[in-house]
Amino acid sequence: MKILILGAGQVGSTVAESLVSEANDITVVDSDDEKLQQLQDRLDLRTLTGNAAHPSTLEQAGIEDTDMLLAVTQSDEVNLVACKLAASLFNTPTRIARIRSVDYLNRPEVFSADNFSVDFSICPEQILTEYIVKLIEFPEALQVQRFSQGKASLVAVRAFKGGPLVGNPLSLLRSHMPQIETRVAAIFRNDSPLIPEGSTVIEDGDEIFFIAASGNIRSVLKEMRNMDKPTRRVMIVGGGNIGRRLAKALENEYQVKLIEHNKKASEKLASELKNTLVLNGDGTDEKLMQQEHVSEVDVFCALTNDDENNIMSALLAKQAGARKVVALINRSAYVDLLQGGKIDIALSPAHVTIGSLLAYVRQGDVAAVHSLRRGAAEVLELVAHGDQQSSRVVGRLIDEIDLPAGATIGALVRGDEVIMGHHDEIIEAEDHVIVFVTDKKMVPKVERLFQVKVGFF
Amino acid sequence: MTRVLTVIHALGLLLVMFSMAYLMPIITAVIYDNSLMLLDFLLAMVWTAAAGTLMWLLTRRHKGELSIRHGYLLVVTMWTAMPAFATIPLLMLIPGLSFTDAYFETMSAMTTTGATALTGLDDLPPSVQVWRHEMEWLGGLGIIVLAVAVLPLLGIGGRQLFKAETPGPMKDAKLTPRIADTARNLWAVYVALTVLCIFALKWAGMDWLDAVCHAFSTTGLGGFSTHDASIGYFNSPLIEFVMVVFMLIATVNFATHFLAWNGKTLSVYKYDAEAKAAVGLILASCLGIAIFLWWNEVYLDFLTALRHATFNVVSIGASSGFASVDYGQWPIFAPLWMLFVGCIAASSGSTGGGIKMVRTLVLFKQGGRELLKLLHPAAVNPMKIGGRVVPNKIVFSVLGFIFLYFITIATLLFILLISGMDFLTALSAVLACVNNFGPGLGLVGPGSNYQVLTDFQTWVCAFGMLVGRLEIFTVLILFTPYFWRR
Repeated sequence: MKILILGAGQVGSTVAESLVSEANDITVVDSDDEKLQQLQDRLDLRTLTGNAAHPSTLEQAGIEDTDMLLAVTQSDEVNLVACKLAASLFNTPTRIARIRSVDYLNRPEVFSADNFSVDFSICPEQILTEYIVKLIEFPEALQVQRFSQGKASLVAVRAFKGGPLVGNPLSLLRSHMPQIETRVAAIFRNDSPLIPEGSTVIEDGDEIFFIAASGNIRSVLKEMRNMDKPTRRVMIVGGGNIGRRLAKALENEYQVKLIEHNKKASEKLASELKNTLVLNGDGTDEKLMQQEHVSEVDVFCALTNDDENNIMSALLAKQAGARKVVALINRSAYVDLLQGGKIDIALSPAHVTIGSLLAYVRQGDVAAVHSLRRGAAEVLELVAHGDQQSSRVVGRLIDEIDLPAGATIGALVRGDEVIMGHHDEIIEAEDHVIVFVTDKKMVPKVERLFQVKVGFF
Repeated sequence: MTRVLTVIHALGLLLVMFSMAYLMPIITAVIYDNSLMLLDFLLAMVWTAAAGTLMWLLTRRHKGELSIRHGYLLVVTMWTAMPAFATIPLLMLIPGLSFTDAYFETMSAMTTTGATALTGLDDLPPSVQVWRHEMEWLGGLGIIVLAVAVLPLLGIGGRQLFKAETPGPMKDAKLTPRIADTARNLWAVYVALTVLCIFALKWAGMDWLDAVCHAFSTTGLGGFSTHDASIGYFNSPLIEFVMVVFMLIATVNFATHFLAWNGKTLSVYKYDAEAKAAVGLILASCLGIAIFLWWNEVYLDFLTALRHATFNVVSIGASSGFASVDYGQWPIFAPLWMLFVGCIAASSGSTGGGIKMVRTLVLFKQGGRELLKLLHPAAVNPMKIGGRVVPNKIVFSVLGFIFLYFITIATLLFILLISGMDFLTALSAVLACVNNFGPGLGLVGPGSNYQVLTDFQTWVCAFGMLVGRLEIFTVLILFTPYFWRR
């Protein structure tokens, strides 16, 4: 597939990176040639310097035979204009725009074919905010991903001594909670995947991925570890796009303190937020943190633009006694370094948000893609189409499906019902199948499995 | 000096316009009274118009644009000269009335205070009744425009706060861009409300004369009545209810009423934090005092307690000053609390007097901010009223206003105490005059009136009314040397 990416910022370069490995022709356009140079050094793609909203630039980038346009520059307006131009001048089939401003998002008609012709809009800040909100709601989880409009969820949790299931085989889960349907999709022990079977014994420190209906998450979490007290106090450092949205989303249910170092920005935040205590100061100032009782904080989120500052303030907070610290870290090298150490959750914005973009790019009917463990593993929500003849999955028992090694079917969503992926379940047409892939290389094979065969006479 | 002459020029024109106000008592005199009274009112009208014309003609060479400084002077001279001219018919028609008492009476009317120095109200001729009430109504009219359109321009005591805008989502809904249009629109609302009130009172059982008079003093939040026993004369729960409703409507900012009228929506009231707080405080006080009276067995029946508490608390709280019973006889907590509510409850841009609810809110929130600052020294905590941020500059200006307000109260209180008045009478008289609600306690309580005061005390009270009505700064600024320097 020919893909044109506008903008080589965080989002643009991460998307490029994930797509390049999937055998696509990729062109990246940006006005900053240094950024492009860096990208080109690392990845096998074409770059072009220029204004992404100019028809001539688009033409040079080869938009005429492009299959998909990803407008992910910093500017909403550039993204909108690019989509409009692509639609009206060049007939680009699929146009995806990154839109940050709530003003636009509140008026969906802006994106219609008569107006800016945006097929899909994504807002990375919003996705990231929702992701963190989930983490705060379930402080025990490492990750919570939702499928089929939130009907089913995939949860990652680290097993700890004290959970009833720890030290016992998985098969006991059923007898512990006979009324709750759940399925463990994968277990990572010392960073290498195990295929979970009934006889697998859960050990202290295992990273467990399970799938359950969204209402049952808490009960399953209880099996894996002692539950923490529910979150009450949240401290956020950095009042940028993400910090502000997060504070707004949380302020009515939790006690939220928001630290912002810029005086003007903090005044603006304080006028915008209703129940958040806005503090003007530095997120790495331990005096300020003490003054504001960081030791009593349940979840501490460092969300500034600066990786190093986020790491330092998260470490300081942890040191001072914050129960759980989350740091936003853009550089993926840092993320691997820090996750699971003193910092409880190292968030890579690119990995959190990439899934929603990838879902549009992938072949077959992919409803959602979430990358797990910093992109090493993936979970896909695929829609099964066709019938027994044309499809390799429909009408078959889960056992009979020829899944590549390392892939497991976690659950099916049929209408409003969430069905666990037991081996004797039969997949029907239009089921949403949640597939867990421990090795990303296997993803194309899984996708091919779900493609409907073209008639062969 | 030329500045004074320019102001006198403008004042002359205003007096000529003011003389038109005599048409109303003249019509009343034609209907109800004899030709002697008609003649007296015609005479008063001619004198006022002649004086105005004379002032206008003599200073016509100094005609000029009015600057902000002129504004202060004009407003103050207007509110002192008009009551002076308005005394003419009272002096002619009420035998034995001194100029002091007459001026007190007209000043009380023009400032919508409603304190009276007259007795035997029931025997006054209808044309005089109408004249007293009409002045209250005109005073209210002037105050609304002053409060919503003029004072914000002068920026008095944080008045910028109440510029003709509404908070929250309606932020951009300016009334109209020009003062003259704004004034016309607000008058339309005021007149409509008054007409509605006249019919409601007539329906509730008053005769036409009483209905017109009481509607004037209700929407103006004045408090004059045509009877010595005030509203107690009617002894009608229905009349009391109608007046309570209209008094509560009149305590809300008329700019909000205008927006509601203009947009044909009630949702604007939801965003008026001041109105919510004001009406909330008054209604909560009604209920609280009703329970208090019932508990103390002032009224054995709770509904009776509620009825009397509601009418009198709303009347004093909204700063009008009608009375249906002699609440001076209630246990002291109740009347003192009523005075307190009267000091703070009325909204800016209404016809009510006092500190104004929005300043009270600013004061309260500032207190909260200081406390928060002690707990969280790094906190950024802008003051928000109705979701809108109030700049610190305005907060300071409000604090300055409150300080001068208390200094004024204290000074006038000491002056009255020196003159030999007892403490309760002096305190309540000062509060009643500066906050423009009228009746006080003790010697000037609802059961009696201001006739008992000496001439000197009467003048002090009249001055208090003027200072309170014109938001203190406007009057005091004339006493600063800076004002007169070029």
